[in-house]
Amino acid sequence: MRHIMAKSLAPTDGVRDYLAAQEKKSLLRFLTCGSVDDGKSTLIGRLLSDTKQIFEDQLAALERDSRKHGTTGDDIDFALLVDGLEAEREQGITIDVAYRFFATPKRKFIVADTPGHEQYTRNMATGASTADLAIVLIDARQGVLPQTRRHSIIASLLGIRHIVLAVNKIDLVGFDQAVFERITEAYGQFSRDLGFQTIVPIPMSARYGDNVTSRSDSMAWYSGPTLIEHLETVSVEEAVVELPFRFPVQYVNRPNLDFRGFAGTIASGSVAQGDEVVVAKSGKSSRVKRIVSYGGDLARAAAGQAITLVLDDEVEISRGNMLVSPAARPQVADQFAANIVWFDEHALLPGRSYILRTETDQTSATVTDLKYRINVNDFAHEAAKSLDMNEVGICNISTRTPIAFDTFAENRTTGAFILIDRISNATVGAGMILHSLRRAENIHWQSLDVGKRVRADMKNQRPAVFWFTGLSGSGKSTIANLFEKKLFATGRHTYILDGDNVRHGLNRDLGFTDADRVENIRRVAEVARLMADAGLIVIVSFISPFSAERRMARELMADGEFIEVFVDTPFEECARRDPKGLYARALNGEIKNFTGVDSPYEAPEKPEIHLKTLGKSAEQMVDALEHWLNERDIAEDQYDNGGGI
Amino acid sequence: MTIALTHLQRLEAESIHIFREVAAAFTKPVMLYSVGKDSSVLMHLAMKAFYPAKPPFPFLHVDTTWKFREMIAFRDQMAQKLGFDLLVHVNEDGVRDNINPFDHGSNTHTHVMKTVALRQALDKYGFDAAFGGARRDEEKSRAKERIFSFRNAQHVWDPKNQRPEMWKIFNTRIASGESIRVFPLSNWTELDIWQYILQENIPIVPLYFAKERPVVERDGMLILRDDERMKLRPGETVENRLVRFRTLGCYPLTGAIESDADTLEAIVGEMLTARTSERQGRLIDRDEAGSMEKKKREGYF
Repeated sequence: MRHIMAKSLAPTDGVRDYLAAQEKKSLLRFLTCGSVDDGKSTLIGRLLSDTKQIFEDQLAALERDSRKHGTTGDDIDFALLVDGLEAEREQGITIDVAYRFFATPKRKFIVADTPGHEQYTRNMATGASTADLAIVLIDARQGVLPQTRRHSIIASLLGIRHIVLAVNKIDLVGFDQAVFERITEAYGQFSRDLGFQTIVPIPMSARYGDNVTSRSDSMAWYSGPTLIEHLETVSVEEAVVELPFRFPVQYVNRPNLDFRGFAGTIASGSVAQGDEVVVAKSGKSSRVKRIVSYGGDLARAAAGQAITLVLDDEVEISRGNMLVSPAARPQVADQFAANIVWFDEHALLPGRSYILRTETDQTSATVTDLKYRINVNDFAHEAAKSLDMNEVGICNISTRTPIAFDTFAENRTTGAFILIDRISNATVGAGMILHSLRRAENIHWQSLDVGKRVRADMKNQRPAVFWFTGLSGSGKSTIANLFEKKLFATGRHTYILDGDNVRHGLNRDLGFTDADRVENIRRVAEVARLMADAGLIVIVSFISPFSAERRMARELMADGEFIEVFVDTPFEECARRDPKGLYARALNGEIKNFTGVDSPYEAPEKPEIHLKTLGKSAEQMVDALEHWLNERDIAEDQYDNGGGI
Repeated sequence: MTIALTHLQRLEAESIHIFREVAAAFTKPVMLYSVGKDSSVLMHLAMKAFYPAKPPFPFLHVDTTWKFREMIAFRDQMAQKLGFDLLVHVNEDGVRDNINPFDHGSNTHTHVMKTVALRQALDKYGFDAAFGGARRDEEKSRAKERIFSFRNAQHVWDPKNQRPEMWKIFNTRIASGESIRVFPLSNWTELDIWQYILQENIPIVPLYFAKERPVVERDGMLILRDDERMKLRPGETVENRLVRFRTLGCYPLTGAIESDADTLEAIVGEMLTARTSERQGRLIDRDEAGSMEKKKREGYF
């Protein structure tokens, strides 16, 4: 069988020349954004059609679809070319970002067509995060709308510095110059503080093609460029090569004992064989021995290249660390301030634990302080206790382990992160780091000789945190009190943290909103951890309705020390018992945010101990708890005695 | 000092980055190898990403038993030459029921022998991430798909509820049983693929080059009669015509084009003047409205 290799072929000059010219072209990535029905998809359809990117079979399909779903009468509805999902075509709206590709003799383009509806803002952000320029569309009849402002602010936050203000549907206002100028002026006023380097307003009709790829005959008053002229020539080059060297280590390549390479993509700057580099988190330094690539070692490599570095010394580096320039190092901290764009329908809650991911690093993070929310209409800084979907705010963030980073203003790659929900694994937010908080560098854990083990041994017990969760009135406090009495009687050292009692003291400043419930739990979990560290057996009796917070509490404790006890009493039974008369009032609407009534309770999926209370006495429940504790201690003693070295 | 990366260098670096991310973040990745030109490029990029090591994952070919014979020969030769771990999976239930494109139509055939077979293979080996060669310029629903595309435990894609995908920070977290389809060639165009094949001397199946081949004209397409299983209908004749393929799938479902392009340059030249898209030769895209999205939601690549 014959396998044709390219090198065996005789070159065809025309094609070779063409390809050589292609190679020299630069690439521009841009997005179209703006409000619903401002004509984003139509504009892209127009660009693709006018630059001859639509094939005959696609055109035939488009004509078919236009008759079926189109909104442009007998004309071709170009929006249907990009709205590729069934639901989009049926509803006539754009739900998710579509990527399209076209080229002119001067440039190659990747365009992200993003949705205008507010509920799909996260998909707009997805398209914006990899773009260098944004075309903000405005319907000439509507002017600047709230979504125009929201998208402009998000584009600005995500680091876009070049804007085309496309004043579209100008044909529907009689090609009126005054309308164009009024909109341009209004947008200029609004966007003054958004840090855009260029804003180029262009009056156009995407549907008929005026000023898109060809100059309009109907607007003699406009002397600026057509859209395509501007896109072909605008300079968006960022000098990332000039920035300090940053190499986030993505993958440690170790095929055998003789080779240990650090693979990744250079985020900024450049590196040469023999250069000194520093490991960001440890401060250890080494030299670049080889820059390995498939085609042979390189002498030098720069921003954007995916390479593998081999160092002179056996320094400890794993994924998530960064190799950097010794002269200009990134910050390494566990507390910093950041802009957050929130994507999820469950609000961001300060105190809740999320997973924070940078390009290669991952750790737990909580928002310690939501400083304010930005009103997208007037930039007002508004006090807020949570961030709802599509809102933007400024937060202080605390991570469990320090991360290496630059500010987003300095470096779009090493200054960005995403937040992930611990349970659903959804991407719930995007963050742009503003600055580190100095506090992080000042806190050092004291290494004390008297440790947890010593303290616990003196009490002749193993520390534990029994975390009772369940509805109000399920019997948590009753069981907890009885359990403590029994433990005390057998000589154990214990303490009960009770929801109601703590709310009278430590947490007296907290209410019952979701945000306050999360903070309530966070504080109690921290106190419980300190008590366990002191060697105590802690009994926490809290409704603690959200599994995310219970998981956070679990992760604070040492392995095996957190014992989730689900006090499982059906809602009807709790409401019937109603020891404090709360259910009656909540069901009457007198108490808001009452768990089980108008605030959810997320039952534990795998509690260590599951107490089904119906038809059982508190004593029986406590017997079950004691039994569990004895089993654990016996198991651990055996391990300690038999498995010790 | 300035090193400006070319368009292809940027695409290559992005793809390599994606490969390494999966190798670092997943327990059991696999590369779907379909033997076509995009798979050839994908394989080449995987070799580059982990050099001097071999790609730390196996390559899986879902064989519908209706692939061109030249594809199978090429597949086996590449596996031997590059030394990667090749897994071949066939839906034995489909074979037993004699599911084929002639009696059951392209839709049922593709569903049973490709989509279901793929799900079987992913479940059998417990892969948590699978690379595919799909590109966004191929088809409208693909233009909408993320690079890291989440699948639930039933392998279902929910196009209306995709995870946001910011910068190059990929969310690789999944629960047990769930998986991610990963598309390193998302941002490549058909022209980029050919240009890269030319630049890197990447071997491809000879069916892409024009040659006299025995074809039958059926339903407006030129079908290569690759074996005796294709029965001729009344009035049909087998003719030797100078043809090649722009895309490769199951032979009864893939239309050839008349062409004399027998070099890569000639192929690129032909593409630059083409007036139809490459998937035009694919029957499965057209067998019902919105059909690619529907297949993808069911677990097709």
